[in-house]
Amino acid sequence: MTTQILIAGFGGQGVLFAGKFLAYKGMLEDKQVSWLPSYGPEMRGGTANCSIIISDDPVGSPIVSTPDALIAMNLPSFDKYENAVVSGGKVFIDSTLIGRKAQRTDIDAYYIPATKMAADAGIPTLANMIILGKMIKETGAVSFENMVDVMKKIVSAKRAELIDINIKALEAGYNYEG
Amino acid sequence: MGEKVLMKGNEAIAEAAIRAGCRHYFGYPITPQTELAAYMAKRMPKIGGVFLQAESEVAAINMVYGVAGTGKRVMTSSSSPGVSLKQEGISYIAGADLPALIINVQRGGPGLGGIQPSQSDYFQATKGGGHGDYRLIVLAPSSVQEMADLTAKAFDLSEKYLVPAMLLADGTMGQMMEPVDLSGISEPEKAEKPWAVTGTQCKRKHNIINSLYLVPEQLEQKNFERYERYKVIEENECLYESFMMDDADICVVAFGIAARVSKNAVVAARKEGIKVGLIRPITLWPFPKAPLAQAADKVKGFISVELSMGQMIEDVRLATECKKPVVLCNRTGGMIPTPEQVLESIRNMAKEGK
Repeated sequence: MTTQILIAGFGGQGVLFAGKFLAYKGMLEDKQVSWLPSYGPEMRGGTANCSIIISDDPVGSPIVSTPDALIAMNLPSFDKYENAVVSGGKVFIDSTLIGRKAQRTDIDAYYIPATKMAADAGIPTLANMIILGKMIKETGAVSFENMVDVMKKIVSAKRAELIDINIKALEAGYNYEG
Repeated sequence: MGEKVLMKGNEAIAEAAIRAGCRHYFGYPITPQTELAAYMAKRMPKIGGVFLQAESEVAAINMVYGVAGTGKRVMTSSSSPGVSLKQEGISYIAGADLPALIINVQRGGPGLGGIQPSQSDYFQATKGGGHGDYRLIVLAPSSVQEMADLTAKAFDLSEKYLVPAMLLADGTMGQMMEPVDLSGISEPEKAEKPWAVTGTQCKRKHNIINSLYLVPEQLEQKNFERYERYKVIEENECLYESFMMDDADICVVAFGIAARVSKNAVVAARKEGIKVGLIRPITLWPFPKAPLAQAADKVKGFISVELSMGQMIEDVRLATECKKPVVLCNRTGGMIPTPEQVLESIRNMAKEGK
């Protein structure tokens, strides 16, 4: 199986971090993975996105132009990438920040008020991990086991307090039904 | 096998260089390779090495020249416009027959161009770039693992033949993260470097590092000697990957990121029943002529996939002596061909002459 994922939003929403977490998780499951960020001038105050591929086979091109799963964390990203999603693909929409619904009917759309959920839970910077939790549940791109091990790899020991709240955010998204 | 870690290509180059014994780095920041310099800035002081951000690319390459003369492993890194600035120094290092490693994480050009990935410095890397009769050993990584492995290899080759080496990557390779295992990279055993300038202690004659020969007979002799070494490199050091070529009717030729895109297209075309394979040059100089010449007797044509207006395609035509058509499939200026574009090109060639 190969899952091509695109995560897109504003710079500062943790788009690249969520992607890095996902790639690391795939690697620790012995899958082939790649992670490629956008690195243009648009990153400064504008939109940011990253391509992640998780596969049982070697990864060819690391560029995701037709995602199986799209996480859209702001309206410009949703507008830009909705049509790129493969038919039958899944989109995960932060419905706190994106007012509209998906226009396409051949994709599964999931609406998660991630920014509001994060603010209510006192972890306002972690909407990215909430929406990622939901994506992992619905796509099965990686398993939901041993998340703490992955966190320990990418959060420095000096900031260990962040591990628990990141896990809390992932679980909130994973368990979200709506 | 050691533990795999997820690293950016730029960081993998830096860590591999350090593991391979490089303790001298001189550079000047430029997108999309700045993570490499940042990594060196962080690590070098902790391990007794030198990181120096020079006042310009010209200064950095001349610092490289200086350290190379002492026989120490030394490198610099930059991206396209910065590498153009270094050309004078690279020519001097080649003329002085010194080993050194130059990294080019290419971006679109010419001029200041853009900051997105490109392969349009192929000519510059493989055909000279600076003035005079010289070559660089040019290696083209196609994964983060190769960014690391070929960095170590480039140092070894450069020291073995006293020829400066270049790692020709691109913005995608530099920015992407992939699992990488660095446990196989270590410092080589100390080799004698009788040519190095290390202080005579009044026990031997002075070594002189120089590229100036005012007597033309002497300069000619120097160039003859150097080209004898180049011949040995061409005979012994060609590297390439052959993918699904056994029964192929069509041969795609691509390196670096273009080879990865092409692999997707080759796999997709095979599913449509088209017999297509890929030859991926890993050394761009020496260029792997032999496998392409062999393929020319079997396939009906070649497709050169490049992130440029078509530069490697000239070497493909030379290697195959124009026995079969060679067509270009390309994007440029920071754009990357999609697997679909390459697939379309393969389909078109498959249709012709049926």
